[in-house]
Amino acid sequence: MFSQLRPAVLITIVMTVLTGLIYPLAITGIAQVIFPYQANGSLAVRNGTAVGSELIGQAFTKPEYFHPRPSAAGPKGYDATASGGSNLGPTNPDLAKRIEKDAAEYRAENGVTSGIPADAVTTSGSGLDPDISPANALLQARRIARARQVAETEIMALVRKNTKGRELGFMGEPRVNVLQLNIDLDLQYPMR
Amino acid sequence: MTSNGWFQIAFFFVLIVASAKPLGSFIANVIEGRKTFLSPILGPLERLVYKLCGIDPAQEQRWTQYTAALLAFSAFSCILLYALQRLQGFLPFNPQHYGAGSVSPDLAFNTSASFGTNTNWQSYTPETTLSYLVQMAGLTVHNFLSAAAGLAIAIALVRGFARQSIKTIGNFWADLTRSTLYILMPMSLIAAIFLCSQGVIQNLHPYTVVTTLEGAKQIIAQGPVASQEAVKMLGTNGGGFFNANSAHPFENPTPLSNMFEMFLIFLIPGALTYTFGKMVRDTRQGWAMFAAMSLLWLAGVVTAYHYEQNGTPILARNGIAVQASATQPGGNMEGKETRFGIADSALFATVTTDASCGAVNSMHDSFTPLGGLVPLFNIQLGEVVFGGVGAGLYGMLMFAILAVFIAGLMVGRTPEYLGKKIEQKEVKMAMLSLLILAACILLFAGASSVIPFDKGSYWNPPGPATANLTNPGPHGFSEILYAYTSGTGNNGSAFGGLNPNTPWYNLTIGVVMLFGRFFMIIPLLAVAGSLADKKQVPVSAGTFPTHGPLFVALLTGVVIVVGALTYFPALSLGPLIEHLL
Repeated sequence: MFSQLRPAVLITIVMTVLTGLIYPLAITGIAQVIFPYQANGSLAVRNGTAVGSELIGQAFTKPEYFHPRPSAAGPKGYDATASGGSNLGPTNPDLAKRIEKDAAEYRAENGVTSGIPADAVTTSGSGLDPDISPANALLQARRIARARQVAETEIMALVRKNTKGRELGFMGEPRVNVLQLNIDLDLQYPMR
Repeated sequence: MTSNGWFQIAFFFVLIVASAKPLGSFIANVIEGRKTFLSPILGPLERLVYKLCGIDPAQEQRWTQYTAALLAFSAFSCILLYALQRLQGFLPFNPQHYGAGSVSPDLAFNTSASFGTNTNWQSYTPETTLSYLVQMAGLTVHNFLSAAAGLAIAIALVRGFARQSIKTIGNFWADLTRSTLYILMPMSLIAAIFLCSQGVIQNLHPYTVVTTLEGAKQIIAQGPVASQEAVKMLGTNGGGFFNANSAHPFENPTPLSNMFEMFLIFLIPGALTYTFGKMVRDTRQGWAMFAAMSLLWLAGVVTAYHYEQNGTPILARNGIAVQASATQPGGNMEGKETRFGIADSALFATVTTDASCGAVNSMHDSFTPLGGLVPLFNIQLGEVVFGGVGAGLYGMLMFAILAVFIAGLMVGRTPEYLGKKIEQKEVKMAMLSLLILAACILLFAGASSVIPFDKGSYWNPPGPATANLTNPGPHGFSEILYAYTSGTGNNGSAFGGLNPNTPWYNLTIGVVMLFGRFFMIIPLLAVAGSLADKKQVPVSAGTFPTHGPLFVALLTGVVIVVGALTYFPALSLGPLIEHLL
C-alpha cells in the first residue's frame, strides 16, 4: 500500500489541474466565445435591462399576466437560489389539501368549470419550470383578455404564436414559455 | 400513455444499441494501450502524466497491489476534497463568499465519500453551499476519476477471465489515466459544448440579480455548469450543480438536452458489454449480457411510465386531467417539468437508477407508489442494468458467476464461465459482496426507522431519525429505505423529502457509500486475481453455453430473484402497502 502512496498523491494533483482547472476553464472560454447568450444564463432583456432568464421561471400573481405553475423553490416559490420540488408523496394529506386549494383557486380565477391540466396545480421538479402546457395557457386567456380589455381570441392567438412544439417533432412536450409570453403581452397589449 | 412517448423510448434504445459496438471497440483498444485515432494528440499528454507521477504503465500488478493502488488513490483524493470544502472560504473562484460555515465536518465527510465513490449523494443545496472552485477542482475532478476508477476495475475483472496462468491483472495507474484521458475527457468536452448550445450555463460570474416583470427581485444562480454536467452524466455520477439536478433548466434546458443526457448515462455502460465480449474473444458473451440488461431496463420503464401516466387518486378527485392530450401531458405531474412530461420523466428515472447515475429530471419522492418503486428496486437489484461506468459490468459479472453456479448445482457439475472453473473462492466472494450490501441497506434503514434522538441533540437536531421526513406513513419509510439503498448502491438519487444533512444521516450514509463501493470492489478484484491464475478449460459437451437465450433468461432470473428475496419484506412496508392504501 505504501509504495502506491506516491503515485496516488501525484496523480490526484495532476488530474485535479487537468480535469478540475484546465478542462472547465477551457470550456468556459469556448462557451463564452461561441454561445455567450446561453453560457451567461439566457437573460431576457427588456428596455436594456435584464428582467429574468428565459429558462428560469418567475412568479406572476397579477391577473393581467399568465401565471406559472405552483413552485416549491424557496418558501415563496421561484427562488432561483433554492431549486427543488415539493417532495410530497402521492398519498400525503398535505398534497391533497394543496391541490384542492390550488384547483379551486384556478377554477375561480379563470372561470373554468371543466377539467384542469395537471401542470396547473402541480409543482415542478426544479421549482423553476419556465413553461406551462398550452392547455393551461389557453384556459388563462379569458382572464387576461378581461384585465387588458382586448378580445380573448387575440390573446389565444398570442399563446399559439408562443407555443413551442415537440423538439424535432417528437421529443418532450409542447409548451409555452411564461416570461416570453408575458413580455409579448406587455409589448402588444400594454395595460391601459 | 402516448405513441409519441413510446417512440421516444424506442429511439433512446436504438441510440444505445447503435453506439455499443463502435465505442466498445474503442474502449478495448484504449485500455490495452493500442494506438487509436486520438493517440497522436493525447499520447504525449499520457506520457507526460506518467512522467510527472513516476508511473511505469507496463509494470503489471497482482490483485493485491492493484487494490492497494485503488485504495491509496481513493483515500488521498477524498481527503483532498474534504480539505477543499472546509477551506473554500480562503480560496479563489468564490464570488458568493461561501465559507467553512456552510460545510460542517460531517457534511464535508459525507460529500467526500459520496463523490469519491461515484455516488454523488448530496445532503446540501449546492447553489447556497459550495464555491465554484470546489465545484470544479473538487467535484468535477471526482466525477472524472471515480468513473475512471470504476472502468479500470471492470477491465481488471475482465482480464481475469481473458488471461490464463498469469498472476497479474493490469496496472491501475495506467488504466485510470487512459480511461480519463482518452475516454472521459474528449467525450465530456464535446458533450459540454453541445449542452451549452442548448442553454446550459458556463460562466464564473456572481449570481445575477434581476427585477422581474412584476417588480420583484430574483437572484439567479450562475456557475461553470456545462463542464460538470457533461461528465456527471457520462461518468454515471449524477451529482447536480444545483439542488434540482437535471430538473433545473440550467442543467437540462430542452427535451433535446434531456435525450442527450439520458444517452450519455447508458453510453459507456452499454459499450462496455461489447468491450467485455471483445476482450474475452467472444462478442456473443457481451451481447448476451446486453440482452439481459435490456430486458430489465424495458420492464422498469414500462412499469414507471404506466403508473405515472395513470396519475394519483388526489388528482382524479379534483378533476385534474390525467389523460395526455395534444396540448397537455396529463398524468402525475407533481415534481415533473412541463418540457419533459411523463414519458421522458419515467424514462429518465428508470435509466438513472438502472445505471448508478442518480441524476434526476423529476422528483422521485412524488412519484406514484409503484412508479417510485421502479427506481428504488432498480438500485436494489445492484444497478446491473447497464449500470455505472464499470460498476454495471463488474456487478453483472458477479451475477453471472452466481447464475452459472446455480446452473451447476442443478446438474451437479463444477460450473464454468468463459472457460474458467468457478469454484469455492469465486462464489464465496460474490456472496460476500451481495450480503454486505444487503446488510448495509436493511440494517441502517431499520435503525433509522426506530432510533430515538432528543430534539436539539448533536446527532440529529430535529429529534428522532424519523423527524427528518417530509411524508408520513409508509411513504416516510420509503424515504429512509431509498436513502440507504441509494447510498449503498452508489446511486445518489433520493426521495428528497428526507432531510439528510444532520450528523446521524451524513455519517451513516457516508459509511454505507464507502462499504457499498469497496466491499463490492475488493472481493471482485480478489476474484479477478484468482481467475487470471487459472487455466482455460476447453469447451466440452457438458459446458453450459453462456451466450444463448437460456443463459440470458437464467441471468435475468437470478438478478430478479436475489433482489426480490432480499428486499421484498422491506418493500412491502413501503411502496407496496402505500399502493394499496
